[in-house]
Amino acid sequence: MQFGILVNEGPYSHQASDSAYLFARTALEKGYKVPRIFFYHDGVYNASRLATPPQDDRNVGARWSKLAADYGVDLVVCVAAAQRRGITDGVLGDNFRISGLGQLVEMGIQYDRLVTFGD
Amino acid sequence: MSDMDEMEDGSGIVKKFMFLNRKAPHGTVYALEGLEVVLITAAFDQDVSMVFTDDGVYQLLKGIDTKGIEVKDFSKTYRALDGYDIEKLYVDQASMDARGLVEDDLIVDVTVLSVDEMANLMAEQDVVISF
Repeated sequence: MQFGILVNEGPYSHQASDSAYLFARTALEKGYKVPRIFFYHDGVYNASRLATPPQDDRNVGARWSKLAADYGVDLVVCVAAAQRRGITDGVLGDNFRISGLGQLVEMGIQYDRLVTFGD
Repeated sequence: MSDMDEMEDGSGIVKKFMFLNRKAPHGTVYALEGLEVVLITAAFDQDVSMVFTDDGVYQLLKGIDTKGIEVKDFSKTYRALDGYDIEKLYVDQASMDARGLVEDDLIVDVTVLSVDEMANLMAEQDVVISF
């Protein structure tokens, strides 16, 4: 079973990216495949390495980067949504990349399930 | 990186994609950015349906004028959808009724569905993306 995951909200202000992370991590731990996670709308803010949350809280961006490092997940940020919000290659956290919406459509075509986390 | 390149790499698989539009056209960015995904999906030659429900029915309202709020008016994009072979447009009857809207209030031809009909249509889909 291959899951594609779509994250439509930014970190901290909304639970969507936490839920998406917990879903993805649990699926991977249980042996399912999550080849790619796509970040859209304010979800692109998950990719910023400029965020420095308080140390007694989770670091959402770093957590995504580690998940990608541990399991080889492709973290893709929508270029159009990123450009609107000032997310450029220069501010991307580790293991994120910027690409087109075609990468999202491809997830829908190729994977068994596409799961959306958003408002 | 371009979407054109990816299309050429396409597998030839055609899936049924439904885009569920639940939000008013303005106030949040969901409708505008959602439309971008719909257009790209059509460019991948997929079987696209659009559903308008809840405040999403307002996206199709005639006479939208965004001058006063100084944001982009993308209303005419809905009328151009058939140029992208996107012809399956559905609205939810209960959402229309709750807002006092009738088909004549909308800028495009739609099929109005009951809750049961909508549920059946949804069950037929391979991919449902909600904005």
